[in-house]
Amino acid sequence: MHTLPELTAEDIRFLKRKSTQIRIITLEMIGHLGVGHIGGSLSIAEVLSVLYYKVMRIDPKNPKWEGRDRFVLSKGHAGPALYSVLADLGYFPYDWIYTLNKPNTNLPSHCDRLKTPGVDMTAGSLGQGLSAAVGMALAEKIKKSDVRVYALIGDGESQEGQIWEAAMFASHNKLNNLIAFTDYNKMQIDGYVYEVNNLEPLADKWRAFNWHTIEVDGHNVEEIYNAIREGFVQQDKPTMIILHTIKGKGAFFSEGKVTSHNMPINPEELKIAIDALKKEIEGDELR
Amino acid sequence: MTNKLPMPTQRDRELRETYGELLLNLAEEDSRIVVLNADLARSDSTLKFKEKFPDRFVDVGVAEANMMGISAGLANMGLIPIPHTFTPFATRRAYDQITISIAYAGLPVKIMGTDPGVTAELNGGTHMSFEDAGIMRNLPNMVVVEPADAVQLSAMFRDIVYHEKPVYTRLYRRRKDKFFVGDEKFELGKIYTMKDGKDVTIIASGLMVGQAMIATNMLEDEGISVRLLNMHTLKPVDEETIVKAAKDTGRIIVAENHSILNGWGSAVCEVVSEHYPVPVIRIGVKDHFGEVGTTDFLLEKYKMTAKDIYVAAKRILK
Repeated sequence: MHTLPELTAEDIRFLKRKSTQIRIITLEMIGHLGVGHIGGSLSIAEVLSVLYYKVMRIDPKNPKWEGRDRFVLSKGHAGPALYSVLADLGYFPYDWIYTLNKPNTNLPSHCDRLKTPGVDMTAGSLGQGLSAAVGMALAEKIKKSDVRVYALIGDGESQEGQIWEAAMFASHNKLNNLIAFTDYNKMQIDGYVYEVNNLEPLADKWRAFNWHTIEVDGHNVEEIYNAIREGFVQQDKPTMIILHTIKGKGAFFSEGKVTSHNMPINPEELKIAIDALKKEIEGDELR
Repeated sequence: MTNKLPMPTQRDRELRETYGELLLNLAEEDSRIVVLNADLARSDSTLKFKEKFPDRFVDVGVAEANMMGISAGLANMGLIPIPHTFTPFATRRAYDQITISIAYAGLPVKIMGTDPGVTAELNGGTHMSFEDAGIMRNLPNMVVVEPADAVQLSAMFRDIVYHEKPVYTRLYRRRKDKFFVGDEKFELGKIYTMKDGKDVTIIASGLMVGQAMIATNMLEDEGISVRLLNMHTLKPVDEETIVKAAKDTGRIIVAENHSILNGWGSAVCEVVSEHYPVPVIRIGVKDHFGEVGTTDFLLEKYKMTAKDIYVAAKRILK
């Protein structure tokens, strides 16, 4: 099994910059179309940056490499955030980002393993991706490989019963090669999660399902990274990292707004938001 | 070909024993095969597999949706998952998981549904699916097959397991039927001609092959020349053989252990109405739920016996 070294100050600076860059690309992508799943895409920029730029063993030139680590975006509607990372890493031509949800695109609103190079599993009907990730982790146990599987689920998605079926099975089968994340931005389409159908106590639920459970600030790359390191040394449990996040983080028109799940963006506001993000990373190299 | 068929007989053991052996033998030579169950391993005869290959035997407990998702994940990593449960739970219970995680995702999971249609017998209406094959055929990418007896299952097993697409198989685990002798050539997606004939065609699948064989002989006794076809693959549909039967005999009876809505009868009607319209009568379950009963009792009650096929043939010949 491969191990993770400690993060250096330079790593942290790099990952912060990458997270902002991912937000910019996501905004450009959805902004170009004019409407999309802004909220749940912007809330996961940090975890994607940590995974794809520091943790996962991947080869963007060889997206089907058998020995690669896998990532399942169970909350498949956040596809644009993942596409931003994949575009930045060169899994496909960068200008594909302007084809999001356009006719014949390879970047559909929800993740599709058959369409997008670098997407490891199809998801979109909520609750299903975690089971698939569990199956993928189980497969690697059967094969005795050291491939790790990462999965990201939503908080609203955690209202699906299948999530808990998968949770029970993963710990029963000691899938310590599985590290999952909950994007706990506390909002869903119909309102605040605690109002619609409360998940609390969420961490206790995962602990009760016998997962190694850690809660972190989902916008702090160092905390996320260190939680993953903790997951790496688990001997007989899968790991759940609950990311406390802010829906729509990074754009003034979406940040902390319940309406940000799927919202229109106008070009003027888009420009203001992107300029603000660019200013944050001024002086750093942008693509 | 002679005019009369041999009558269907019974083997000395249930189909599930043959199935268990097929699975073990193939797993011996192919380490990618993984067997999944949802708390029914005891009944579908995969416990021997568990003894021999504990690492490749997965019991998810009573959680069919999760079983289908896990199967998708296993297939995504290059393994060959074979999930098992009763037909209603292998299909409608986990339909969206099968739709999105398996069919839409293009992952070749091999789903085994046991005790199709009236053969759910004493488990009754809750466990008796008449729509399973129909809803599965509605899914793009999905192959739907129904091996009628142990001979046919043995002949087709490898083709099912190694098919590039996901496959739903209706498995008559508790039946002992013997319809075929063993030298037949069965090809997935291709209708098997059991007997040629020119007056009327009977197309049957699964359990109903036996009833159709008896009906065929009843008709032949009266000098009616019957073409008997076994449509073991519901999807993809063998259009060519169906159209040829329509042209050659001008009348078709379809007999299925399934709802007449969206099953074999519907598929045949779709083909003939587009390519060569001829009268078709569908013998099967007529849009109602199941109930507790033996297979023979239910076939009788639902008018799905050899005699019902015979009567339909006489009617269509008038």
